[in-house]
Amino acid sequence: MAEDKINPKCKVVIVGGSAGSLNALMQILPELYVLNAFALVIVLHRRGTDDMTLEELIKIKTEVPVKIIEDKEPLVPGFLYVAPSNYHLLFEKGETMSLDTSEKVNYSRPSIDVSFESAAEIYGDSLVAILLSGSNADGTEGLKTIQNAGGIIIVQDPQSADMPFMPNNAIRHTTPDFILNTDEILKFIISVNS
Amino acid sequence: MIEDIELETLINDIYEYYGFDFGSYSRASLKRRVNRIYQLEGFKNFYEFLSKVRYDPEYYKNMIDEITVNVTEMFRDPAFYKAVRNEILPQLAPKPFIRLWHAGCSSGEEVYSMAIMLKEAGLLHKSIIYATDINSKVLETAKKGIFPLRMMKEYSENYRDSGGQEDFSKYYIANYGIAKFNEELAEKMVFSQHNLVSDNSFNEFDFILCRNVLIYFDNDLQKRVINLFDESLSILGFLALGTKETIKYSISTTKYKQLEKEKIWRKIK
Ligand SMILES: C[S@@+](CC[C@H](N)C(=O)[O-])C[C@H]1O[C@@H](n2cnc3c(N)ncnc32)[C@H](O)[C@@H]1O
Repeated sequence: MAEDKINPKCKVVIVGGSAGSLNALMQILPELYVLNAFALVIVLHRRGTDDMTLEELIKIKTEVPVKIIEDKEPLVPGFLYVAPSNYHLLFEKGETMSLDTSEKVNYSRPSIDVSFESAAEIYGDSLVAILLSGSNADGTEGLKTIQNAGGIIIVQDPQSADMPFMPNNAIRHTTPDFILNTDEILKFIISVNS
Repeated sequence: MIEDIELETLINDIYEYYGFDFGSYSRASLKRRVNRIYQLEGFKNFYEFLSKVRYDPEYYKNMIDEITVNVTEMFRDPAFYKAVRNEILPQLAPKPFIRLWHAGCSSGEEVYSMAIMLKEAGLLHKSIIYATDINSKVLETAKKGIFPLRMMKEYSENYRDSGGQEDFSKYYIANYGIAKFNEELAEKMVFSQHNLVSDNSFNEFDFILCRNVLIYFDNDLQKRVINLFDESLSILGFLALGTKETIKYSISTTKYKQLEKEKIWRKIK
């Protein structure tokens, strides 16, 4: 891996995923113990009402402290945040997050594109984005924006993804800095940490 | 994408020319909305857009309607409505009069949901429901009580999940793609324009609902609005916010007692 591309000032790692991405996360999260200098934000497509179960599920799978996102929640390094269902998750100046119930984007709310684009505006080159498994085109536009703003973009290796459509779509339309399987994604996150 | 400085110029101009203050709106969402209309119209540059806003009041009015996010549903978050049905309405029932206020009611889906529950609890006849918004267009829709028929399947499921026992379709008449809700439900509704940024309290209420509106405001404006609600709420009255909103950054929580799990607070002093 090209370790030199790892951003030393990374403040936020944002992960987007749809169908099959929970599986990938369940392989990564149990191996993650502390986040030193950055916050981890997870934006997944999910059905309207299973809010708590996803957060609970993630909570029991990792040692990293998980925060439930409410409107204007401060984004603090060391914590893991999960985008709530039925809201778009946006980033504000001054390290807080806000929520928005506007129309679905790519049939999704939260939409990965919306969160990625918003994070790119605030965090620019201190952002790392990871796009996981899924069967929808969400995320690709957001990755482009993040790369243009100087952030690092990583796509799950379609071969290791339960649903390769989303990673493939991103690979076709962007030039990811890395294409990694779940093991390598874990290693990458750990290396951002050190 | 418009620049931050352009957005601030627009906010200033709108204030200067029309007196509407977007200065305390959450920037991330506002920027997305402004960007969307800016691109929709294919302006040559930002300056052209600005002069249109300045000198064309019709355009400005339309723009306000486009900037505000009006997405809403009937019985959105069924668990919330269930709590209202089972825990709040029984406590309001003994009152001779019940005064409710939906602030930021959008096109009224929430207001009709409430009227249905009040009706089923036998309380509608002695209730009055004020419903306000800044967006004049959505208020017109709300007054008519006409919603898209294609939404009714989802709404009737929400209704059932919220504890509704009736046949939901008895509340509206279906016609050419629209569902017109019974006028009886609207008899106790009063719709009017009210701006949470600058307007004052206009009555005292037993139950104030303001759901998914504060998310568009920064912390200072949230504080103002929560205080406005506090002034407008009778002792032992209830305040309900959206599922991801909170009063905890805005007001001393010793004045309010939260209902377990739901975003409903009771004013205790
Ligand atoms: C997302 S909708 C919420 C609708 C409904 N309460 C719900 O939760 O389904 C937000 C509403 O707040 C209104 N709004 C925005 N700014 C406002 C202001 N300053 N004063 C009053 N209403 C406002 C918008 O016009 C919009 O209809």
